[in-house]
Amino acid sequence: MAVAATAKQEEPRVVLSARGLSKSFGAFMAVKNVDLDVRHARVHALIGPNGAGKTTVFNLLTKFLQPTAGSITLLGTDITRTQPDRIARMGLVRSFQISAVFPHLTVLDNVRVALQRQSGLSTQFWLPVSSLDRLNARADELIESVGLKRERNALAADLSYGRKRVLEIATTLALDPKVLLLDEPMAGMGQEDIGTVSNIIREVAKTRAVLMVEHNLSVVADICHHVTVLQRGEILAEGDYATVSQDPRVRTAYMGTEEA
Amino acid sequence: MSEMTQTAAKPRIERSATASRTYAIFLIIGLVALILAPMFFYPIFLMKLLCFALFACAFNLLLGYTGLLSFGHATFFGGAAYFTAHVVKEWGFPPELGILTGVVGAALLGLIMGFFAIRRQGIYFAMITLALSQMFFFFCLQAKFTEGEDGIQSVPRGHLFGFIDLSGSTNMYYFVLAVFLIGMVIIWRFINSPFGMILRSIRENEPRAISLGYSVARYKLGAFVMSAALAGLAGGLKALVFQFATLTDVAWQMSGEVILMTLLGGIGTLIGPIFGAGLVVTLQNYLATSQFPVTIVTGVIFMVCVLVFRRGIIGEFYASRLGRKLGFEHRR
Repeated sequence: MAVAATAKQEEPRVVLSARGLSKSFGAFMAVKNVDLDVRHARVHALIGPNGAGKTTVFNLLTKFLQPTAGSITLLGTDITRTQPDRIARMGLVRSFQISAVFPHLTVLDNVRVALQRQSGLSTQFWLPVSSLDRLNARADELIESVGLKRERNALAADLSYGRKRVLEIATTLALDPKVLLLDEPMAGMGQEDIGTVSNIIREVAKTRAVLMVEHNLSVVADICHHVTVLQRGEILAEGDYATVSQDPRVRTAYMGTEEA
Repeated sequence: MSEMTQTAAKPRIERSATASRTYAIFLIIGLVALILAPMFFYPIFLMKLLCFALFACAFNLLLGYTGLLSFGHATFFGGAAYFTAHVVKEWGFPPELGILTGVVGAALLGLIMGFFAIRRQGIYFAMITLALSQMFFFFCLQAKFTEGEDGIQSVPRGHLFGFIDLSGSTNMYYFVLAVFLIGMVIIWRFINSPFGMILRSIRENEPRAISLGYSVARYKLGAFVMSAALAGLAGGLKALVFQFATLTDVAWQMSGEVILMTLLGGIGTLIGPIFGAGLVVTLQNYLATSQFPVTIVTGVIFMVCVLVFRRGIIGEFYASRLGRKLGFEHRR
């Protein structure tokens, strides 16, 4: 907190960083020597052509994969050898490329499952399920903040693709994470949902760090403060969108996809 | 799209109201039937049925509500039968303490087996549980207290709480029924609890549950131990009903039988396994006196079930037009 006052002009503090991150699958190097600094209150985009290793970087950062080399630090703690659920409890929460909802639970229950752990209501096997009703107020708040109020009691499986992604963001926010990793949050969304989600991300990034993989470059240009371009597992370029998009190497790597 | 989801959401709430009414009616019918049953059927047969029904429901807690297929549940059922029989016969424990010993023993065995098996999924999980239950089978074959091939015979039923004589089949039947109902209430509460909610979310989407910070292995282990303890409850009860405990109850065929019962009745339905167990036990009873080999009949039924009605008896009923009209829904 004190940092914000003294460092008004400087970049905010780094909350998640990776140094020399590498991952090989057999002889194939999916990620090579990646350095990454994700800062508080900033939206950081990870872009690159298909197969550049963006999702692998996500899996490494959230420890769903174990890096072959390199180190990861979260909020000053080395997490290179920490279990994924432990990392989530430390405040680094991710979303998935394929929508990650609990399909046969209602929207409300999806959010409540996310709220259960911190409220200490996850191991009681002797209490009725109605004991979870005291999470409803907070859950409804989150549901409303992402505009899912009308679908509150619908099964997640019945939602459209875009709405599922929105629900996923609501469950992620329920954990009140310090760092949010969003894997293609806009993929497959209609224009209206993209607008909603962009606003949500902008809003949550005021108090948190966001790292997102995104293909939609107009979204990246619109909401991201910092862009890292990956190609074949390596960092090709870094900087704000204006700088990166002028880089000739990025332009060659990205030609064709920019228009889409 | 949101218009559509809203219309889809509305009848759900109405349906759950009809459902709770039909549930209540069916529950009352079921209870009355169970209370009056000994007037029409041979009590020992009914008690056997209730023991296996409870065993199948305990198994279903793991398969249907956690998504783990154990191939070693005979260990808990048969193990508890041995523990109960031993402490009641040799140490003179009253029946309630004898069954409690069986439950605790089964839970401990579940903790050990679960600890090793939980880290793997699918076929590997099944194989680890099978391997460990085979080890337990050989332990029971060799150990002194199980009396090997003979099993523990002539176990006294004793007096419940010191004053209710269980040697008569009427008293014993109502004791078994009471224990069965307690077991069912425990299962019902377990799956409809905050813990059960997390189990459901793990079954629905395990990576997501991990990314929400849940130590998935611990929840699975919890469900495993609970399932083992309840299987132990059924096993201990059976030892008192038949007044013996033998190797049949710890053999791998028993683990297979309980899978069959659960599949037949309906995986992931609370009462399905009761009907599955009822069907299997009834068939075994009737075919035992005929020339026809039981295993062939159950085998054919199993194949028909898997090929034609995969949801099981109760699952198909819930999903049928009549079932839906009554307000049931089949989730899976």
